[in-house]
Amino acid sequence: MAMDEIVDGLSEVSCDVLVIGGGTAGPMAALKAKLKNPKANVVLLEKANVKRSGAISMGMDGLNNAVIPGYATPEQYTKEITIANDGIVDQKAVYKYAERCYGIIEELDSFGIRFLKNENGDYAVKKVHHIGTYVLPMPNGETVKKAIYRQLRRARILISNRYMATRLLTGSDGRIAGAISVNTRTAEVLVIKAKAVILCMGAAGRLGLPTSGYMFGTYENAANSGDGYAMAYHAGAALANLECFQINPLIKDYNGPACAYVAGPFGAFTANNEGSRFIECDYWSGQMMLEFYNELQSGKGPVFLKLDHLHEDTISEIETTLHKVERPTRGLFHEGRKTDYRQEPIEMHISEIGFCSGHSASGVFVDEFARTTVPGLYAAGDMASVPHNYMLGAFTNGSVAGEDAMEYADNTDFASFDAADIERERERVMAPTRREDGIPPNQIEYKARRLVNDYLQPPKVTRKFELGQRRLAEVREDMETRMIARNAHELLRALETQSIVDCADMAAHASLYRTESRWGLYHLRTDYPEKDDENWFCHSLLSKKDGRMASEKRAVEPYIVPIGEDEKDLYDKQRIRASA
Amino acid sequence: MPLASYQTSVPVVVDDAKCIADKGCTVCVDVCPLDVLRISDMTGKAFMAYDECWYCMPCEADCPTGAVTVNIPYLLR
Repeated sequence: MAMDEIVDGLSEVSCDVLVIGGGTAGPMAALKAKLKNPKANVVLLEKANVKRSGAISMGMDGLNNAVIPGYATPEQYTKEITIANDGIVDQKAVYKYAERCYGIIEELDSFGIRFLKNENGDYAVKKVHHIGTYVLPMPNGETVKKAIYRQLRRARILISNRYMATRLLTGSDGRIAGAISVNTRTAEVLVIKAKAVILCMGAAGRLGLPTSGYMFGTYENAANSGDGYAMAYHAGAALANLECFQINPLIKDYNGPACAYVAGPFGAFTANNEGSRFIECDYWSGQMMLEFYNELQSGKGPVFLKLDHLHEDTISEIETTLHKVERPTRGLFHEGRKTDYRQEPIEMHISEIGFCSGHSASGVFVDEFARTTVPGLYAAGDMASVPHNYMLGAFTNGSVAGEDAMEYADNTDFASFDAADIERERERVMAPTRREDGIPPNQIEYKARRLVNDYLQPPKVTRKFELGQRRLAEVREDMETRMIARNAHELLRALETQSIVDCADMAAHASLYRTESRWGLYHLRTDYPEKDDENWFCHSLLSKKDGRMASEKRAVEPYIVPIGEDEKDLYDKQRIRASA
Repeated sequence: MPLASYQTSVPVVVDDAKCIADKGCTVCVDVCPLDVLRISDMTGKAFMAYDECWYCMPCEADCPTGAVTVNIPYLLR
């Protein structure tokens, strides 16, 4: 039988803990769950292949948020992230990350992943953030996936590659009961019953359309189509602050990181067309992105990454890192453009919008144990709401999720669910394959994402959002009644398109709910241009209630690390002031 | 509605002389995060079946014979 040919099949398995997503958080969650109870069954389900999936498919150039004794304290880090997020942070989860991440660094070190050390053998941490020092380069960062994969094999984690989860199963008592998935090459349906489920499915990175027009030329790994956000939503879990979009400053067209975290500590910086700095700090925050946007809109754009003033040895060192790890085709891109860091600054631009707590704060709502609002359902990494958590946050919070989920699974039995749910979901999944005629998924996806760019990109205008919602509803109608998939691969794309449209609807709904501006460019509403702490110093939680999207406020937990009045606006002062 | 096919130049190129997919190798097909590579029934060699590329490189990096080359997709070159 040829690959991609559709097979009508259904099988069922069960496990104690099911981890969905084998990128960064997922493998660590699976590993920690298994180590906590080696007798238990842990399944790691992955849409692609765990060896090379997720944001760190080709490795990572460094840690952006390492809290290392001697350089930074958990208190200081918690304070920095609270301020960078305009105060909308449940600090317990951030503090827990900050306390635990050093242990994870040491563990990664023991897996064979090297971190930059100085001549005394101490970690050579660099300063990029506004206040503290947290950036730690990884000289052999390209090996990170391989190192983790070895650990998974050693721990005998059951890995199922090329299965895309489509919906969660919940029990009659509201507890998690498992997940339904579909093989991406045969369309066979696999039901996995589980006592606990951990979602580690990455960002919603295929939401906006990149300006290049190439649908898969996204900043995030294009496989990250927001499936986790959509699944959590349909299972009734709350999603936090989705209006706090992810928007990043990137190399124009290539759409990869510039990357100020790598080049900044060596003296490179973001410059305008006059070659001048215009932002105080290259750390990615909404406030920084607003200044970036303002500069692009002003006569002083375009914006560039400026390195041409640096010494040849320095440039070579930066180049070696940037062209080897994370997005290694970058060198090829510059070669094609005949742009050389030595000769001229590199043109930058603004990325498409997405959801990603790894860089901003939009994610499935979790507490400091990575628990969502659905009992037995966990989330970690880019899709969970712990803000600015990056790769080390995915590893650390994945580890927290794995341990807590196994403890939960050890003390509970399988939740019973309605068998009809499986049949219903199977029909929904397979519907595009049953149609003789209709619209292919790539056209529906393109149109939805084009509408996201036209109507949902900041600055956010109420009237535009309302029009966007109407247009997206038309696309949804087409998607639900006319989309066709002629083979299993097209079905994979068709299912991803459904996640994308769900995320677009959530982006619009969440943005309209918060009637203020916050997080710089991420939630800049022209009709409500001011920050309104009196009414909106709170999380917004979006969830599915009676089959419809609903939003509500949730108070920010009392701080455990107090923020001084003189500190809380530090990230608002991003623009370099002209000296008198 | 009738469907038409749409022409596109694909970024991933495989050197048939070096590719050993006809000997059973499936490494590039296995590792691709977007699952866009397939083995041709006609030639027995790997090729890019779907132009949905993140130009991320595992196919090129993991190929045991150096047969795979990732180019930057034309639209963003």
